[in-house]
Amino acid sequence: MSESQPLSRLFEEKAKAVSAVVSKVTSLEQALAHAVDLCDKKDACQILVSGCELPLSATGEALCETKQQKILAAPGLEPKLFAKLKELAAERGILCIDTGMRQRLGGVDIAFTVADFGIAETGTLVFDSNSEEQRLATMIAEFHLAVLPVSKIREKSFDLEEELLALLQKSPSYTAFVTGASRTADIERVLALGVHGPLELHILLLED
Amino acid sequence: MQTAKDLKEYRAELREALDNEFLRQAMDKFAVAYRGSRAKAFAGMDLKGLIADVAQAKDGAAQRMDELLSEFTAKAEAAGVKVHVARTALEANEIIAAIAKENGVKKIVKSKSMTAEEIHLNDHLEGQGYEVTETDLGEWIIQLRHEGPTHMVMPAIHLSRNQVADLFSEVTGTKQEVDIQKLVKVARRELRRKFVEADMGISGGNFAIAETGTIALCTNEGNARLVTTLPRVHVALVGLDKLTPSINDALRVIKALPRNATGQAITSYVSWITGPGECQSSPDGKKEMHVVFLDNGRRALAKDPMFSQVLRCIRCGACANVCPVYRLVGGHQLGHIYIGAIGLILTYFYHGREKAKNLVQNCINCGACKAVCAGGIDLPKLIKEVHARIQDEEGHPLQSQLLGKVLKSRKLFHALLRSAKAVQKPITGGTPYLRHLPMIFAKDQNFRALPAIAETPFRDRFEALKPRVSSPKLRVALFSGCVQDFVYPEQAEAAVKILGKHNVDVSFPMDQSCCGLPVQMMGEREASRSVAEQNVRAFDPASCDYILTLCASCASHLKHGYPDILAGDPKLDVKVRQFADRVIDFSSFVHDVLKVQPEEFRKDGKKVTYHSPCHLCRGLHVTEAPRALMGIGGLEYIPAEEEDVCCGFGGTYSMKFPELSAELLKKKLANVEKTGAELLLTDCPGCIMQLRGGLEAKGSTVKVAHVAEALAERLK
Repeated sequence: MSESQPLSRLFEEKAKAVSAVVSKVTSLEQALAHAVDLCDKKDACQILVSGCELPLSATGEALCETKQQKILAAPGLEPKLFAKLKELAAERGILCIDTGMRQRLGGVDIAFTVADFGIAETGTLVFDSNSEEQRLATMIAEFHLAVLPVSKIREKSFDLEEELLALLQKSPSYTAFVTGASRTADIERVLALGVHGPLELHILLLED
Repeated sequence: MQTAKDLKEYRAELREALDNEFLRQAMDKFAVAYRGSRAKAFAGMDLKGLIADVAQAKDGAAQRMDELLSEFTAKAEAAGVKVHVARTALEANEIIAAIAKENGVKKIVKSKSMTAEEIHLNDHLEGQGYEVTETDLGEWIIQLRHEGPTHMVMPAIHLSRNQVADLFSEVTGTKQEVDIQKLVKVARRELRRKFVEADMGISGGNFAIAETGTIALCTNEGNARLVTTLPRVHVALVGLDKLTPSINDALRVIKALPRNATGQAITSYVSWITGPGECQSSPDGKKEMHVVFLDNGRRALAKDPMFSQVLRCIRCGACANVCPVYRLVGGHQLGHIYIGAIGLILTYFYHGREKAKNLVQNCINCGACKAVCAGGIDLPKLIKEVHARIQDEEGHPLQSQLLGKVLKSRKLFHALLRSAKAVQKPITGGTPYLRHLPMIFAKDQNFRALPAIAETPFRDRFEALKPRVSSPKLRVALFSGCVQDFVYPEQAEAAVKILGKHNVDVSFPMDQSCCGLPVQMMGEREASRSVAEQNVRAFDPASCDYILTLCASCASHLKHGYPDILAGDPKLDVKVRQFADRVIDFSSFVHDVLKVQPEEFRKDGKKVTYHSPCHLCRGLHVTEAPRALMGIGGLEYIPAEEEDVCCGFGGTYSMKFPELSAELLKKKLANVEKTGAELLLTDCPGCIMQLRGGLEAKGSTVKVAHVAEALAERLK
């Protein structure tokens, strides 16, 4: 615990430096409540931020029609937690899903995930992303909300070498490092968040 | 992309780029911002150690290329990947087109890949009727404009938001606002549709990890995640140089790549893919995955004793970021497909000498690229080598052949300089400058006044100047270089005065000649070698303690160039090593060896600023000594902005590309004048020629002098 304290502080500092929103929770239940809150508070038409209010080509615009209700996607969450999340979401009129991302490629509001590891020196989340649903959810969501158990934070990427090797040796496998939101500076080197992936990355540090 | 037929056409393109106001401003801003963000990103890290480790690991991997390929293939095939090896660009294109055909593909999405640019993959696939869409924002923009990239990491850095808004208006058929945040969202929506429809995704690969058969990709936008997830077929096109033994190697490069590229600690996404995973859009629920390795000369490069180091390149683009020429003209003029210093070299190997021949001459040899290269590649040296090889293949231009012939014979060279002095009267008008230049030079060269040849060269003055010292504490042999010998002998004279005061025995070997850098720069290897040998013989290094030179370019060439140029000659091996070990620049000698003290000088507090010669600060890593000497000499030093950026001289470069030289000089002088200093000091007579000539041409009152002159003048 005393070991992880400075690491979680370093993680928080580095993640914030790449525009991630970092908060703390003490239990997974609290994290679920946070997810539903965030989804609820999110602008009703937030999805517009990702382009629908703009003049688009006819085919681009067609995508904007696919979404009616706020959606919270949480693929890969263990069944009991997912049931709880679904219950909390329903109370606020939010649809909670864990499959069918390919039918939602126009976008969902929030993807809720639990990270496998964190790398403090760069504020990086590490995910075993073998599941296509998980990978897609974290790309099509406007906000990605990830829980990171503090005990899973390592200082440097090299401290994770063994775990990474174990992940990569599984075949097939897809492992992802995620640091901040999707970003570009391709037009005049001006930073813009949310090119193809999430506009915002929220991280909940779970004291475990 | 290079289309110019000859140097004349290429120069016309350069002039056009210079006139592009937006490009100039964008590049300037970028060059300055990059320097700061890179320094911040590496703060507190052992950067030198990291570069050395990357270099060593990449060299090791290149030597084991085929072994790593076998290991990767075994692992990847076991995971269900189909692995291909393409010997040529065409083979790679055909393999990928065949994969598309077998799988009934119609639409393809791509994430950014320089290797795909290298082989013109889009053209090939489009030619076969496939719809190909780039999904990296910058790549999509240039694809829509039918252009090549102008930067390896930021391919559309040459375009303004207005141009992008116009382009997107055309593409969407609706007027778009000139607002970057909104334009990015438009791209997000338009491209999302392309992802949804695509049957095949093509990615590059930053790493092919042999121990696990994994392809790893670094992106900021996250488009590679969608490219490798949504379509039912994934093809990764990877250069053989991206094969790396272990995860550890990849993590090390990831430490350097984003920091060196954009000053980021890490890219937003790093995806590690081992084998074809789940894919719901595929009939059997499983992805079809191919890895196509591209050779295209890489195997042969790996075995080349001189050029194997180019395979260390991690495609960060830093060599372009710091290049003063790139900053002026942008990537379309300083690259074909690969941009910047590494591009000048790779173009020759991957796209042929026709594309490389003009390009490769456009290196001012300032060494800025070498200083930041994540793989420690000796880029300037390799660029010169490519230049020399192209000349060997195509024939040497008359001008450089002549210069080579002249320099090889010291007597002929010096006789020519002496006769030039005799006939220059009509064009100097009695001033120290060539006032009335012959017409062939006048137009291009009038951005600076060129100096006249001195009345009496240093070599003729030396006997009278030689300090008469008894029991000297040191024996120094002076290497003047041509400029101080024949143009600015007063600089060498100033140095001798200071040395004499410190009881140093000074000698001036009369058989010394030009250091040979000008012919080396022009690709005349034979002449360069011959001159080097003559100088080493002239000095007989064991007979002195130091070989002192006041010219930064000579110093770095004598110290680092000679051992390289004369390598492999058993008669010279020992001598050239002894020679190089003794070479020292003036400021280091006076500050570090003689340890001059403030009491020796009259303090007048004159405001001075400094120009740090490329070959001193990067060639010899001397930065502290000259700046300390200004204080010791009783001057008030006011630092200028960008002191270590090239003044634009570059020896023969300023003759070949005068318009670029003039622009670099303009920037330099503006920074100098901003300090309000009355005197500009430096450590190189070549830089002095450029700086003094530029100030004279613009009628400035700022004076230019060598550090040695400023000190000698204030000696008590």
